[in-house]
Amino acid sequence: MKTRRDVLKIGGIASVSVCVSWVLRPLATEAEKVANPPRSASTGTYNPTEHQWRMVIDSEKCIGCGLCAKACKQENKVPPEPYYFRTWVERYVIKTSGKATQELRGETVVDSPNGGIDGFAPSSIPAEQVLRSFFVPKLCNECDNSPCTKCCPVGAAFESPDGVVLVDKNYCIGCGFCVQSCPYGCRFLNPITRSAEKCTLCYHRITKGLWPACVEVCPTGARIFGDLKSKTPDNPVRRFVKEKKVQVLKPYLGTNPKVFYAGLDKEVR
Amino acid sequence: MSLTVSESLAEALKHVQGYIYPNDLNLWWGALVVLYPYITGLVAGAFILASLVRVFHVKALEPTYRFSLLTALAFLLVAPLPLLFHLGHPERCYEVLMTPHLSSPMAVFGFVYAWYLMAVLLLELWFDYRKNFVEWAESDPNILRRFLYRVMTLGVTDVSERSLQIDNRLGQTITVVGIPSAFLLHGYVGFIFGSIKANPWWGTVLMPIIFIFSAMVSGIALMGLLYQTVSKLRKAPISMDCVDAITQCLFFAMILDSALEALDWIHRLYEAEESIDVLVLLAAGKLFYSFLLIQVLAGTLAPLVLLAVTIIFSNRLSNGLRRVLNLVSCLLVLVGVFAMRWNVVIGGQLFSKSLRGFTTYKLGLIGNEGLLMALALMILPFIILGVLVFIFRPWGRKT
Repeated sequence: MKTRRDVLKIGGIASVSVCVSWVLRPLATEAEKVANPPRSASTGTYNPTEHQWRMVIDSEKCIGCGLCAKACKQENKVPPEPYYFRTWVERYVIKTSGKATQELRGETVVDSPNGGIDGFAPSSIPAEQVLRSFFVPKLCNECDNSPCTKCCPVGAAFESPDGVVLVDKNYCIGCGFCVQSCPYGCRFLNPITRSAEKCTLCYHRITKGLWPACVEVCPTGARIFGDLKSKTPDNPVRRFVKEKKVQVLKPYLGTNPKVFYAGLDKEVR
Repeated sequence: MSLTVSESLAEALKHVQGYIYPNDLNLWWGALVVLYPYITGLVAGAFILASLVRVFHVKALEPTYRFSLLTALAFLLVAPLPLLFHLGHPERCYEVLMTPHLSSPMAVFGFVYAWYLMAVLLLELWFDYRKNFVEWAESDPNILRRFLYRVMTLGVTDVSERSLQIDNRLGQTITVVGIPSAFLLHGYVGFIFGSIKANPWWGTVLMPIIFIFSAMVSGIALMGLLYQTVSKLRKAPISMDCVDAITQCLFFAMILDSALEALDWIHRLYEAEESIDVLVLLAAGKLFYSFLLIQVLAGTLAPLVLLAVTIIFSNRLSNGLRRVLNLVSCLLVLVGVFAMRWNVVIGGQLFSKSLRGFTTYKLGLIGNEGLLMALALMILPFIILGVLVFIFRPWGRKT
């Protein structure tokens, strides 16, 4: 007659073996990494620890041509439908308050038809009712305290040492948690790869010394891109934060965005 | 991407109100993610009801004790399926268990689930049933079933007085551990939503607590409904003490749950943060039917009144009427809690994080996240429960 104790012994040994192998697994992975270092590190072509990429936006310079959003779609093969974007442009129209009210400004109307890719048709709001109007390019804010990397259940979303938040699409399980966690609506699940996707600052370009596609095509220089670790004396990003008063989007959420904006209005979220 | 999804999104684009971030058009979490908290809630609630018998010695509820545990098990076995099917890459799901990213609440799923299934439910059932397994392994007329029961003894065939006492004590201990575990299981599900600060409809510290109490409410209601239905099917007498005890438990759990949910709204309205305008528009507009009518009116206020009437006038109401009132209340509560899950999951994605506009959601019929799949996943636990009842005979051998 077997007792509970006999069964517990067998069960205990089995559980301990499983736990030990689970604990040792990361060590095995580390050992594998040492034995086979990543290609980029071994070839020396691009070392992420030697860079710190930043994009900053001068929204007063944006004319809403939408070339940035269009270039992004083409460069990154973003699905063409008007509800998948890595970057897009918003138009804000702040109306006059009208004589009857005590308000300084009237209603704010925002739109972004097809993400601004085709430019913006003239607003339907009569000119005399418009107090001011402006455009705001949107992209991943590359948060320093990013909720999207924090919540990824498998660690497929991560922050690269060069400051870019990336997604390993071959590791992502497509749960959508990161999409829900991004306060800026910058992520989506790609219907083809079924993995999460976002702006990578055109990582495949910047690691080759090129600019992100959106920066490349911006005709007014509203998008400014640079490497904080660059040794060139006139760093455009550093100059920007020296000359402009900057803000970030939704600062109260504590996400610490690394994309700084100049010329934002309080209505911009 | 399937054509239907693409078409429904193109259609949704025509019905956008205000300004939404372009990526917010699609609801990334659909009907299956509504089912997940609903099902885990039923698990936690059913277990809590069972623990009332085991730990708090509520004698009247004894007829539901084993049945509640089996119900919890049946639903727990199905709980991961909606999560699995909604993944973009279900074939990679094992990564959550093998390489969990521990700062993610979702990564804890494997641990919480395994703990609850293996360390709580299965162990408690085993300690409770071991004596029966040993008996049935000898006495069952069917040779296959005799073999099955023998396997389920796990080789522990000692049924001496002392051994059974130890079983009982260990079972008791596990139930005591099981109560916080049930809270953990469902509180954790609430935390997945509550921790999303990007979404003001979800990101509240009350979310896990509301989830826990609504889980208790839904689990008790499910057991009320099942107890009466199954007793009728078995042509067994319905214990009025048990029905009345379920009525009382449900009423008190509902008081707590509705008070917490009301507190959530009072707090939101009083603090009137940036998001309040869009949330009020959401509740009174897009969610008018599912929130105000179904969740609040039909799923909360109506059963509260019915349960209160049943309790206050229990001496004057006939047994039959009390049973009917209990049954109707349980049904309303189950619908109400489902509506609550719907309003949380779907409602939380109907407004854009721009807080300036709304998208729409249309539940498709077929596909991974369609109505048929959701229905199948909702029916499956009842089928499993049927099998479990057949094997485990919660009411003795004659069932």
